[in-house]
Amino acid sequence: MTNSSTSVPLNYLNHQTGLWSWLSSTDHKRIGLLYMYSITIFFCVAAILGLLMRIEKIAPGQTIMSAQTYNGMFTIHGIIMIFIVVIPGLAAVFGNILLPIMIGAKDVAFPKLNLFSWYVYITGAFLGLYSQFANGHSPDTGWTFYVPYSAEASSNVVIALTAAFVLGFASILTGLNFIVTIHRMRAPGMTWFRMPLFPWSLYATAWIQILATPIIGITLLMVIAERTFHIGFFDPALGGDPVLYQHLFWIYSHPAVYVMILPAMGVVTEIFPTFSQKPVFGYVPIVFSSMAIALVGYFVWGHHMFTSGMSYESRWFFSFLTFLVAIPSAIKVFNWLSTMYGGSVDLKPPLLFAISFIFLFTIGGFTGLTLGSLATNIQLHNTDFVVAHFHYIIFGGMGFAFFAAIHYWFPKIYGRMYNFKWANISWGFLFVGFNLLYFPLFVIGIQGMPRRYFDYDPKFQTGEMLSTVGAFILIAGLFMMLANLIYHSRKGAVATANPWHGVTLEWQIPSPPPHENFDEVPVITRDPYIFDNPQTN
Amino acid sequence: MKNQENHISSDSTNWTVLLILLILTTISILAIKIHLGSFTVALALIIASVKVTIVLTYFMHLKFENTLLRLMVGGVFLLFAIVIAITFIDYYFR
Repeated sequence: MTNSSTSVPLNYLNHQTGLWSWLSSTDHKRIGLLYMYSITIFFCVAAILGLLMRIEKIAPGQTIMSAQTYNGMFTIHGIIMIFIVVIPGLAAVFGNILLPIMIGAKDVAFPKLNLFSWYVYITGAFLGLYSQFANGHSPDTGWTFYVPYSAEASSNVVIALTAAFVLGFASILTGLNFIVTIHRMRAPGMTWFRMPLFPWSLYATAWIQILATPIIGITLLMVIAERTFHIGFFDPALGGDPVLYQHLFWIYSHPAVYVMILPAMGVVTEIFPTFSQKPVFGYVPIVFSSMAIALVGYFVWGHHMFTSGMSYESRWFFSFLTFLVAIPSAIKVFNWLSTMYGGSVDLKPPLLFAISFIFLFTIGGFTGLTLGSLATNIQLHNTDFVVAHFHYIIFGGMGFAFFAAIHYWFPKIYGRMYNFKWANISWGFLFVGFNLLYFPLFVIGIQGMPRRYFDYDPKFQTGEMLSTVGAFILIAGLFMMLANLIYHSRKGAVATANPWHGVTLEWQIPSPPPHENFDEVPVITRDPYIFDNPQTN
Repeated sequence: MKNQENHISSDSTNWTVLLILLILTTISILAIKIHLGSFTVALALIIASVKVTIVLTYFMHLKFENTLLRLMVGGVFLLFAIVIAITFIDYYFR
């Protein structure tokens, strides 16, 4: 079937036209793109705020903004990046676009609920943005909303809390949709252990989304109630406990890190076999390590609270569990490297980003163990070391995996190919810029530079200045990458259905996919990563 | 399909469950007057957990669902029980 006016085959991009056809579409692929465009816009806003903060810190003393403005900026930078960009990120974008296709389904289990989730997400996202500007009092609590300050601050804390609360609903609904989809809509013959590993990672993620997110919802409501009715949940004078807030906040927010990183691990697990033309090494251990990370990740939240006055017994307990969670993460890294070993490695842009993911995530992981150790945590807590570690995990991990994913599935999504040369150059800028931006923060963090300070002792200036230079390089790389992708999504060379010689189901259908993915429901008769005709490239 | 069958509980079952829930609510209110120190909250949570289990089993028809669904819901409860227990360990040892 073709679109008669253009002779282009009908697909999900052109079977209906007009803005309303997008805003009312229940097609999982279109909803995935709606998420991608929204997330990209909010990411750019938060990245610019990040750059402005780095400019402020290029020299000691006030340079371009006041201390209060800086406090507002790092708060809204965190809220946007965490709640609006990174948590929905890979699952909402690539999960939506690819999960049904990869399991042989025509859509998710609840398509209308899926669209509703996006509207809930957009409502929460704009509330978050509104909180920055309403009444001239941007929230200044940090994205963690710690009490007692968040219960007393005169800034727009309630609006920001409401935004995070609403965004949580979108996350829960998406998770619920994915779990039901995976349970009920797999193609005939696609047993659990014939399912590709990206859907497996989405499955583990979805459980975290629906189990942990309600806790942050209730916790944020408790802070709103505390501010409005002075109930005393967290006020010692009224019989409450501020550490209880930290428990409740991190019971969600630590598993939320795995909401961010598990789909990232799933993405690179798809990329390594394809660009090595070799079955993934250790399919079953990767599956179980995803589930183990999701499970153990629930019980390590206390490592964010070692210096908060928690009992000594709890501290060593959480420290021990933190070290345990490194095991399934390491299993994955060994499996990715072993997948490439002896394969026909083709260093195309998706693989470049995926390998960078391993490098950056490993640095983030090891420094996480440094912070998870009780003794070193006392020295490093609340310093720029934590900022560096966090960004290596979240940006170096989830961010680079997102870049890997878009470079990998771009020809499938748009039916066109981007420019490899510019993709490689932008990767170089991103990789160098990222490390120059964040690695110096490890050093000055160890030297004692506290985080969230707009001013600093002149002895830290070399590190701070290097970091700011890195921020400019990183932003330049982002601009190049976005320009390359946006331009070639319309003007790029027409891509074939399977440009990377992949073997999972999405590569067996046309690019871009038809509206309902498959003309006939596929019947799965074998494991997902069998390369019958390895490409020598 | 099996899990699309309708299960209609008898009126007597529904009234019995309601009565049990009201009794448990009364117990949880009366329990406030018993001085159990740091275990007061634990007792309230235990009573609440029993009530939730009854509601899920009868009013939400978990009793009639397949084993997988019951295991999934049970797993969720176990997880939250562990999370709450770990939090309480901190308070107990402080």
